[in-house]
Amino acid sequence: METVIDVQHLTKIFDGNPAVADVSFSVTRGEVVGFLGPNGAGKTTTIGMLLGVVSPTSGAIRVLDRPMPRFRREVLARVNFSSPYVSLPNNLSVRENLTVFSHLYHVTDPPRRIRELAALFGIEPYLDRITRALSSGEVARVNLAKAFLNDPEILFLDEPTAALDPDAADQVRTQLRRMQRERRLTIFCTSHNMLEVERLATRVIFVHRGRILADGPPRDIVAARGKASLEEFFVSLARETSDGAAS
Amino acid sequence: MSARRIGALLLRHLYVWRRHWPAWTDLFYWPLLDLMVFGFLATYLARSQNTPMFLGLLLGALILWDLFFRIQQGISVSFLQEMWTRNLLNLFVSPLAMTEFLAAMMLFGLIKIAITATMMAAVAWGLYEFDFFTLGPALWPLAVGVIVFGWAVGTVVTAILLRFGPSAETLAWSLAFLFQPFGAVFYPLSVFPEWLRPALGLLPLTHVFEAMRAVLGGGGLDAGRIAWIFVLDAVYLVGAFAVFAVMFRGSMARGALLKAQD
Repeated sequence: METVIDVQHLTKIFDGNPAVADVSFSVTRGEVVGFLGPNGAGKTTTIGMLLGVVSPTSGAIRVLDRPMPRFRREVLARVNFSSPYVSLPNNLSVRENLTVFSHLYHVTDPPRRIRELAALFGIEPYLDRITRALSSGEVARVNLAKAFLNDPEILFLDEPTAALDPDAADQVRTQLRRMQRERRLTIFCTSHNMLEVERLATRVIFVHRGRILADGPPRDIVAARGKASLEEFFVSLARETSDGAAS
Repeated sequence: MSARRIGALLLRHLYVWRRHWPAWTDLFYWPLLDLMVFGFLATYLARSQNTPMFLGLLLGALILWDLFFRIQQGISVSFLQEMWTRNLLNLFVSPLAMTEFLAAMMLFGLIKIAITATMMAAVAWGLYEFDFFTLGPALWPLAVGVIVFGWAVGTVVTAILLRFGPSAETLAWSLAFLFQPFGAVFYPLSVFPEWLRPALGLLPLTHVFEAMRAVLGGGGLDAGRIAWIFVLDAVYLVGAFAVFAVMFRGSMARGALLKAQD
């Protein structure tokens, strides 16, 4: 199995406070990893380090067999990122936005690629609409289309269905699953929606206070703790560790 | 009418002053700059009442100054727009290098000033019968002089925005004006106290505007002065890139790139 993300003893300290503390894990091609944890657990900082926009205090990261952040531009050309908390310029049309990002990723034949992705994500009807006029469900699909422009080998997703109604969220998950199967895409995804993680992820890494507390397939993790669902597992582990820290 | 509620709102703004230093610029920075620009201008006028080309000197200075101001904004305000639209992280996680970002913004600034300068020159000619192109071939090195310095200042402002985030937004609009009273823009270097002149000679703007006044006054273009402008510009631009590189590395260490748009 080819390792596409390899993290060894990763630590990030902000002003004396460890946001990520000696974390090690690896991800193989085609895995869908749910990177879970309560607010402030270190998820976003870890993704930031994997994407080369946050420099680690210590430890080593290799993405697609290249050390990060040293080879960040080379790696970033082969991966992509989508988050509802990051927007495309809302004063441009969807087509203009996708054209700009096609050029940033050196996509060959941008108009053709945009047509393909528009069909895939069902965004053709509003390709020429100004982005700010779209609903949050439509924006989520446009963000995903942007994330697939360069046909990434790894897709980093931060809360991919946050702010979406259940129907729109289900459509996004279905599209992601299909893309993952068809392209053997690796997905590294944070989410607070445990139902979503159970449906999407083949593996879960649970972090709290910068440390990994559990790592494995969602069903195994839930069964090992004698819980009924991932949500129950999440709540119990988060409270357990918080109580432990408080006592 | 509740004095308490009025007081609460006053308090809300006073709280901002306590930890948001750019808010103080409204109190001190702008009034001080106005005082200096118009103070020096009045001194110049008082000393040179017979200057026949005063209107031309003023309009020429205004147009060149605007080139500098717009080119600086071309970089830093474009960066701010990426912050406002929450697009920064999309750019940072693409293969885009920051040097590419800066180069694009520099070019965008050139397009903007080409339009602005043409418009201003046309209006100055239409309303005041001032032909900006009287400067002739001298116009080009002088324009390059203000453009490159504008790039340097814009790059430093962008570096500060990277470091401090949107709280430093005021700088994007205001830092260029710091050079207005001291760059001998609307009045010659001779207006300044003698002890201050050597320091002001380290600004490319001082030499650009002195050269402009010399050419509009019927003198020639001093090649030595132009060479000095280019040397100073090169030093400031390299320095600006160095500041940017340090701030960018610092932003990565602090995780500021993840939070830059919050």
